[in-house]
Amino acid sequence: MLLVLLVVVVLNFLMLHLAPGDIADTIAQTMGGADEQDMAELRKQYGLDQPFFIQLFNYVVRVALLDFGHSHFYNLPVFDLIMERFPATLLLVFSAQILSLFVGILLGVYAAQNPNGLSSLFVNMFSLFGYAAPVFWTGILLLIAFSLHIPIFPVSGMRDITIESSNFFVHFFDVLRHLFLPMITLASIFFAYYSRLCRASMLEVLGADFVRTAKAKGLSKKDVLLKHALKNSLSPVITFAGLSFSAVVSGAILVETVYSWPGLGTLAFNSIISRDTPVLLGILIFSTLMVTVGNLLTDLTLKALDPRIKI
Amino acid sequence: MLENEEIDEPTIKPVKEIFQTFFKSYSAVTGLFILIGIAVMGFIGPLFYPTDPFDMVWMPFSPPGADGFLLGTDYLGRDILSQIINGARVSIAIGFLAALVSCFIGVGIGSFAGFYGGWVEETLMRITEFFQVLPTLLFAMVIVALFGSSVLSITLAIGAVSWASVARITRSEFLRIKELDFVLASRSSGSNNMALIFRVILPNAAAPIIVQSALLVGAAITFEAGLAFLGLSDPNVISWGQVIGSNRVYILDATYTVTFPGIAIFITVLAISLVGDGLNDALNPKLRSR
Amino acid sequence: MEDLVSINNLNIEARTRAGTLKVVNDLSFTIKKSETLCVVGESGCGKSVTALSLMSLLPEGILKVSSGDILFDNTNLAQLSEAELEGIRGNEISMIFQEPMTSLNPLFTVGEQVSEVIRRHKNLNKEKAWVSAVELLDAVKIPNPDKRAFDYPFQLSGGQRQRVMIAIALACQPKILIADEPTTALDVTIQAEILALINRLKEETGTAVMFITHDMAVVAQMADRVVVMHPGKKVEEGTVHEIFNNPQHEYTKSLLAAVPKLGEMASKKYPEPMRLVGEKKPKALKPIIGTNEPLLKVNNLVTRYPVKGGVLRRTVARVHAVEDVSFTIMKGKTLSLVGESGCGKSTVGRSLIRLVEPTSGDVNLDGQNILSLNPKDMRKARSNIQMVFQDPFSSLNPQRPLFDQVAEPLRNYGTVKREVLQEKIGDLFDRVKLPRSFMQRYPHQLSGGQRQRIAIARALALNPKLIIADEAVSALDVSVQAQVLNLMMELQVDLGLSFLFISHDMAVVERVSHDVGVMYLGRLVEIGPRPSIFRNPQHPYTQDLLKAVPIADPDKRKSERDLNFKPLPSPIHDLTHNPAPSEYKEVAKNHFVLTTDCGY
Repeated sequence: MLLVLLVVVVLNFLMLHLAPGDIADTIAQTMGGADEQDMAELRKQYGLDQPFFIQLFNYVVRVALLDFGHSHFYNLPVFDLIMERFPATLLLVFSAQILSLFVGILLGVYAAQNPNGLSSLFVNMFSLFGYAAPVFWTGILLLIAFSLHIPIFPVSGMRDITIESSNFFVHFFDVLRHLFLPMITLASIFFAYYSRLCRASMLEVLGADFVRTAKAKGLSKKDVLLKHALKNSLSPVITFAGLSFSAVVSGAILVETVYSWPGLGTLAFNSIISRDTPVLLGILIFSTLMVTVGNLLTDLTLKALDPRIKI
Repeated sequence: MLENEEIDEPTIKPVKEIFQTFFKSYSAVTGLFILIGIAVMGFIGPLFYPTDPFDMVWMPFSPPGADGFLLGTDYLGRDILSQIINGARVSIAIGFLAALVSCFIGVGIGSFAGFYGGWVEETLMRITEFFQVLPTLLFAMVIVALFGSSVLSITLAIGAVSWASVARITRSEFLRIKELDFVLASRSSGSNNMALIFRVILPNAAAPIIVQSALLVGAAITFEAGLAFLGLSDPNVISWGQVIGSNRVYILDATYTVTFPGIAIFITVLAISLVGDGLNDALNPKLRSR
Repeated sequence: MEDLVSINNLNIEARTRAGTLKVVNDLSFTIKKSETLCVVGESGCGKSVTALSLMSLLPEGILKVSSGDILFDNTNLAQLSEAELEGIRGNEISMIFQEPMTSLNPLFTVGEQVSEVIRRHKNLNKEKAWVSAVELLDAVKIPNPDKRAFDYPFQLSGGQRQRVMIAIALACQPKILIADEPTTALDVTIQAEILALINRLKEETGTAVMFITHDMAVVAQMADRVVVMHPGKKVEEGTVHEIFNNPQHEYTKSLLAAVPKLGEMASKKYPEPMRLVGEKKPKALKPIIGTNEPLLKVNNLVTRYPVKGGVLRRTVARVHAVEDVSFTIMKGKTLSLVGESGCGKSTVGRSLIRLVEPTSGDVNLDGQNILSLNPKDMRKARSNIQMVFQDPFSSLNPQRPLFDQVAEPLRNYGTVKREVLQEKIGDLFDRVKLPRSFMQRYPHQLSGGQRQRIAIARALALNPKLIIADEAVSALDVSVQAQVLNLMMELQVDLGLSFLFISHDMAVVERVSHDVGVMYLGRLVEIGPRPSIFRNPQHPYTQDLLKAVPIADPDKRKSERDLNFKPLPSPIHDLTHNPAPSEYKEVAKNHFVLTTDCGY
């Protein structure tokens, strides 16, 4: 896990190094031009005149000390900027992931009972939709629908600043209300995937020898399905959910942009517009961290589910 | 012959039968036709509808159908129909090329990892794992932001971040197939490693790789659209995502400016996934996963 | 005696893409209380389907009882509701299956799985059910049942899992136990134990047994009465003595003729082909004499696999797959390596042509040391030794036509010009008795026996001196197995081939070999001329192995008391483990017995 983060940091540095132009150029640009001497001064200030490996080493050490550089656009340390936005993205990513898993498994199990029936058709159609519709487009359609036609959920931001209450729950429900649309949008892709996978996995397990054993024991349909089959069919779904974490984070960036959700996604969007590279790189590191933690949780879940798995 | 055993259903089928199964599926054939239609539209369409997608031809925000513009005009008064026709070319080209890049990297890494095992596998799979953990969109954003937004850099960026799934599938297929007796038999009848990898194992591993690659084409198209939506697209060419991205500020005033290009993406990717499903069923009747 | 089950004019249909297919055709028989009825037949004869229909567990939408009825205890099962059937399954009718490795739920402990069926039918609380589950595990001879009850299936061996399945099946004292090929996937010593266990429990509880098998020797061990099935139909029914001593139907006769019986070669010095019923003109059955000129000499062969572990994937232990094995194969003769799964016999075969790299030792083929060859020369040397593998379903590349597959070795070595290739391949097809029209077919268009013929043709393409047949006939039905064995013996005579025949089946080994080596846990425990080994086995493991083999003679049954095999120790040792070299004692001419401790 630490290794992964280290590699990301090194990769960041390499990309910075290989990309045309450096920080001095960017700063000079935002200042409206600078002469050669100022540029040299700037480069020295940022240590850009030193040998490659020293620069790399310095960069890694700085990141390890949580110094991600300075955002020239916001004029704030990148770390502070990210910490401010991080919780919002975390909330969105994990709530969407959990919701989609829950609904996906429910739908998948239901559809597996009748592999050629309506529910299976529905699951298949739905997963096609989830795969084919770009998430930001789904977001925009929902946003249009909910702002122009059924204005019951807020379509922008994370909380209503006009609420003047010191009650925690008032704020809590306010955030939940704001979360609803981004979460549904993001979850729509993934619960399509999960329900289809769960259906397939369930169908496979229902054909397994031990399910036949369970039936031969005289267990009722419900017990065979929910006790013996379901537990065995969860592993592939959970594994896939773990692999999808980076896709969920990627989706979150687009969804945040659509709904102006104040997380890392909108920050990334703004930093692209303002060419604020240190912020973008900091976000890459933090979102990688988030995915790694997500994968760790997946592994733990799998281990709890299956006694054969050792970590 | 005294033998009277039953002949079992094959687990891997020869190519001819795959085509037969594929063309028996209505949805797969429909998908294929839609896809061909869209490609034809993108590459030959401009000859029949010569309006330049970058030209400001009329007032901004002319609604669809009015003033002779079937799909209306955007915020600069450009013809959306023309943008969709011309955008098809770029979106599909980027989709296929990026998927091809992923497929090359993924099959290369996956097959070598699966075949050789040991430290080769260990190293290659660590790299793959790393790319699986990296949030792909962000990474592509960084690449494009740093190296400029040309069609080439976008294609390479998408290809470079989405090969991990192909590598994983290729590796697991190789791990499975290399233990089968016919591979050992081929080795003991004198085939060298390269022949084993590319002539013996890979053809038998092709089915899930092809299906995954087909799905990657669709994913790459949405990926490109996502980048364009965030403003990271080649300003010199028009793509569907770019149309949505450039009009995103006006969605509440002129919903059609994002609806139509969205529908274009949706139909294309839907067609691809129908083809992918058809391939999956044709190549592997037993497993209907994902 | 009273009928417990009576099946009347049963017809079962399968729905396939090609239309409906009759898998069971007008079948009638009865099972009496407390008797064992064996249903015997080759794969696809409908015997398993009949068993599932008795459980009312035919897979929905695929198989269907189209007419006829099944009476159990004078109740027509077709008239019961699903809930009533659930009350009967596992309670009055219970069943064990062929694959113990997959028949238990991997995610629950065995104690949970046994007590589940007790709680379902006996209305006991959790604790009491657990206690009786442990008692049942004890009854099926699981050691330390109170502790093993907390184990998950993956922690048990195949034999133990099948014992757990039996415990589940007998938990509610059913009136009938259906056993569907319960020992086919097991080693012969484990098979003997499981068969004896079922026989003992049957005596103790008085349950009737419907035993389904393809193996006549197992039938002889188990049956009171026998039903012989041949594609979907009953061809013969009778007591076990009637069937074995006086078979009436041609099919039963051919089935009995195709089974090699342990001991029937005792009077013969050399192997010879089997006389098959149904062959139009029986060939002259000449013994295969061979020569006394050594072809392959193997000295002190050792093969160990690394076991990787830890974060850095370092080698933490080694699997001692082959330990200090030496033997010689003569030109034109067959040496068989026999032993149970995990004994290292396949690894020996693979080490010889370096499909796995041996750790140390000498392999000398016609004066050439194979283990010291560089890759290029090794490739050349491989043309002298070819392999035929076990599984007819995976031994051919499904993507290529048969012609290409047989031609592959010739193309790889470039020994044959393109113009004569066609003719050469044609000859090979003739040799293995397949029509030349098969050349453009794909493997899936062939039956299992035909596939093995292609595998043999491919092995013959390079005119090898030695063929390693790794369980080459184990997956085939007995009648097909006999034909393929005969083909191999014929080729041996015609081409002067030597065989290294790797098998777990003692009866087949007795039939085909000149010399026999018995392996246990990586060691060759006994080796010598076939008659000497079978007449006068000296090593305790060889003796037990021979004792375990079921004999196709209902008068030679074994009871649980005769059988006390030791469990197989683990072949995995840490890096410092340095086993003693194998030392042998000559007990008769060329008959050697291991004196080093091998763990048995």
